[in-house]
Amino acid sequence: MNENESTAPEPYEPKVVAFCCTYCAYTAGDLAGSMRLEYAANVRVVKTLCTGKIDAVLLLRALEDGADAVYVAGCALGDCHFLEGNLRAIQTVAHAKKLLAEVGLEPERLEFFHIPASAGPLFAERADEMTARARQLGPNPLRRAMREPAGGKLSREPDPHPPLPPARLGKLLRELERAAAVDSSPGASS
Amino acid sequence: MAAAFRDVAAQKDFVVTAEVGPPKGTDVSTLVHHIELLKDKVDGLNVTDNQSSVMRISSLAVCRLILDHGGEPILQLTCRDRNRLALQSELLSASVLGVQNVLCLTGDYVSVGDHPQAKPVFDLDSVQLLQTVGLLNQGKDLADNAMQGATDFFAGAVVTPEADPIEPQLMKFDKKVAAGARFFQTQAIYDLESFKRFMDHARKHDVKVMAGIVLLVSAGMARYMNKNVPGIFVPDPLIQELAAAPKGKAIEVGIRIAGRMIRQLREEKVCDGVHVMAIGKEDRVPEILAEGGI
Amino acid sequence: MIVAERKPLDEIEAMLEGFQRVLVVGCGTCVAVCMAGGEKEVELLAAELRMKAKLRGQPRVVDEITVTRQCDKEYLEQLAKYVDQYDVVLSAGCGAGVQFLAERYDAALVLPALNTRFIGVAEGPGQWSQRCMACSDCILDQTGGICPMTICPKNVLNGPCGGTNHGKCEVDGEKDCAWTLIFRKLEKLGRLDYLRKIQPPKDYSRMTKPGRFTHAAFEQADDQEGVS
Repeated sequence: MNENESTAPEPYEPKVVAFCCTYCAYTAGDLAGSMRLEYAANVRVVKTLCTGKIDAVLLLRALEDGADAVYVAGCALGDCHFLEGNLRAIQTVAHAKKLLAEVGLEPERLEFFHIPASAGPLFAERADEMTARARQLGPNPLRRAMREPAGGKLSREPDPHPPLPPARLGKLLRELERAAAVDSSPGASS
Repeated sequence: MAAAFRDVAAQKDFVVTAEVGPPKGTDVSTLVHHIELLKDKVDGLNVTDNQSSVMRISSLAVCRLILDHGGEPILQLTCRDRNRLALQSELLSASVLGVQNVLCLTGDYVSVGDHPQAKPVFDLDSVQLLQTVGLLNQGKDLADNAMQGATDFFAGAVVTPEADPIEPQLMKFDKKVAAGARFFQTQAIYDLESFKRFMDHARKHDVKVMAGIVLLVSAGMARYMNKNVPGIFVPDPLIQELAAAPKGKAIEVGIRIAGRMIRQLREEKVCDGVHVMAIGKEDRVPEILAEGGI
Repeated sequence: MIVAERKPLDEIEAMLEGFQRVLVVGCGTCVAVCMAGGEKEVELLAAELRMKAKLRGQPRVVDEITVTRQCDKEYLEQLAKYVDQYDVVLSAGCGAGVQFLAERYDAALVLPALNTRFIGVAEGPGQWSQRCMACSDCILDQTGGICPMTICPKNVLNGPCGGTNHGKCEVDGEKDCAWTLIFRKLEKLGRLDYLRKIQPPKDYSRMTKPGRFTHAAFEQADDQEGVS
C-alpha cells in the first residue's frame, strides 16, 4: 500500500502495457472486441508484428517510464507465423525478469502469455489477470520519480568515411569519374 | 647410511619403494615416526611435493630429514609451483644436500587443492623436466650455461598403464625414456593382465618399472577412486571382497589384497618392483610388505 | 573475438557510488557480438542504473552512447563533446577499450563495466569458449589445429599428463583432454610424428607484457634520408 500524499491522493489505477503480436494475440484482441467481451480498461495494447522483435530494452523502458505491469502476448508454441519469434520472446522475457530482479523491481510485473488468434475470452482473461496482479503489487515505485528526466540515448555523428562522389543518373560512376579526372587531356575518349 | 637407490635397483631383482607425505605445518613428529618405521624396510622413500595441490613442507626439506635419519630419499618434483629457474635451483639444492634420486612429474592442477586461487606455473612439463635433469647431470643448465659442478641424479618418472586411450600414454612413456628417465613408478594397478600388456611395451627399454600399489581401506574408497582418480580402475571382484569384510576390518582385507598383488608381481617376474602408497596409513606399510613376502 | 561479460550489477553500483552524472559508453564490435557491451546491452544497463537510482530515491542521470569501437582513436573522438559533462564514464568495452578511453580522456574517471574473459568463439547462441591465449608462438600447424596452451589447463607441450581420464580433463570432467583430442586428430591426419618428438620448453619471452609491435608496412626506414 502506498502512503497517502499531502495533496489529494488519486486512487491507484494500474497502467498495464500489453505487447501483442499481429497474427495471434492482437487478432484475439479484435475477436474479444467483436464478442463485446468486457475486460479491464487499464490495458494499453501495443501491436507488434511478432513478439520475437521485442527487445528487453522495450520492456525495461516501459517499466522505467511508469507502467505497473507489462506483458508480452504471442502465439502458441509451434504456431508462430515467423516460426520462432515466440520462442525468442519467451527467452527475452525470462532474461528481462532477471534484470528486473537485479534492479529491485518485482519480476512478477512482467509476464509472457500464449494467446492463440481464436482465443478472444483468453485475451480478456489475461488482461484482467495482469491488471489484478498490478493492483496487488501496488503502483510501480518508479512512477513518482518518472517525471524527473534521468537520461537517455545520446546522438553521435556517423563514422567518418572518405567522401563519396556525387551520384549521377542514379548510378555511382566512381570508376568513370576517376578515369575522367586522371585522363583530362582532350581527345581521350572515355 | 642407506645404500644408493640407483645401485640397489641395478642389483636387486625386485625393489620396493614407499611414500611419506610431509605435514602441513612445522610439527614433524609423525613424519619422523614414519621415516623411522619405513627407512630400513624399503629401498627408496618418496617424498611427495605439495601432493594434490595442498600446501605442505616442501619435498626437499623432508628428503634431507630422511638422509639425517639414515634413509634413502626420492625427491618428487612437480612443475606446478616453480618456473624453470626455481626447478633448476631446487635440483641443485637437492644435489648439494645429498639427494640423489628425483621423480619428475607435471603435477596436479591448483584447483584440486586448498589454494585454488593460486597462479599455476607449469613453465615446464614432466618430459622437459627430465631433459633438464639430464642437462644438469652434464654440468649445463637450460640456458646452455656451463655450471660450476654438475649433479648426478638418478631420474625417474610416472606412467599410467591403464590409461584410456593407451597410445598417447605409451608415446609419452617412450619420450620420457628418451629424455632420461631410468626408473618408473606407475599409477596404481589392479588388473594384472592389462599390466602385463603394458610391460610388453615397457620391456623395449632398459628401465626399471615399479608397479604402483595403493592400499584400499574400504569399498567406499575403491568406488571413490574409480570415479574420481584418473587412470585407476579397481575391478568389481575386489570391491566386493572389501565390502564383504566385517565392520572395521576392511583395511585388513585391503592389506591382504595389496600383499597378494605384490606377491604375484614378484613371483611371475612381471616387473622390477613395487611402489607402495598408503596415504594416511603409512604405519601399515610393513604389514603390506610382509603379506607380499618381502 | 574478444569475449567479455558484464560485471554483476552490485559491483557496478558500488563503483558508481556517489556519482550523479554517468555516461555509459558502449562498443559496437567484439563486445556487441558477445552481447556484453554493445548498443542494446548498454541501453539495458543504463536503464537498469536509472531505475536502481530512482528506487533508492537518489538523483542520478545516466546517458548512453555507443561508438563503433573503443580501440581506435578516430571513434573515441566522437565522445569529445560529451565527456566533460559527466562525473564519470562507465565504459562497456573490453579492457583494451577502457584503457584507451581513459588515455584519451585523461581528466575523466573511466570505469569498466565488463570483465574481459578471453579470445574465443561462439559455440552456439550465447555460448562462448576460449580458443586462444595469444602466446605469440602458434603451433597449431603441428597439433592438428588444437591448442595445448589454451585447451590444456597445464599447458603441457608433451602431453597428456597423468590426469587424463577417458578423454576428459582432470581439472574439469566436462572438458575434453586437449592431448587426447590432439592425438585423435593427428591420428586421423596421419601426422603422429609430432607426438613422438620431445617438444622443448616454451619461449615465454615472446609473451612479455605489455606487448607491442609495428606492422611491416609501417616500419620507418631508418637508413633512408628524407621522408617520402
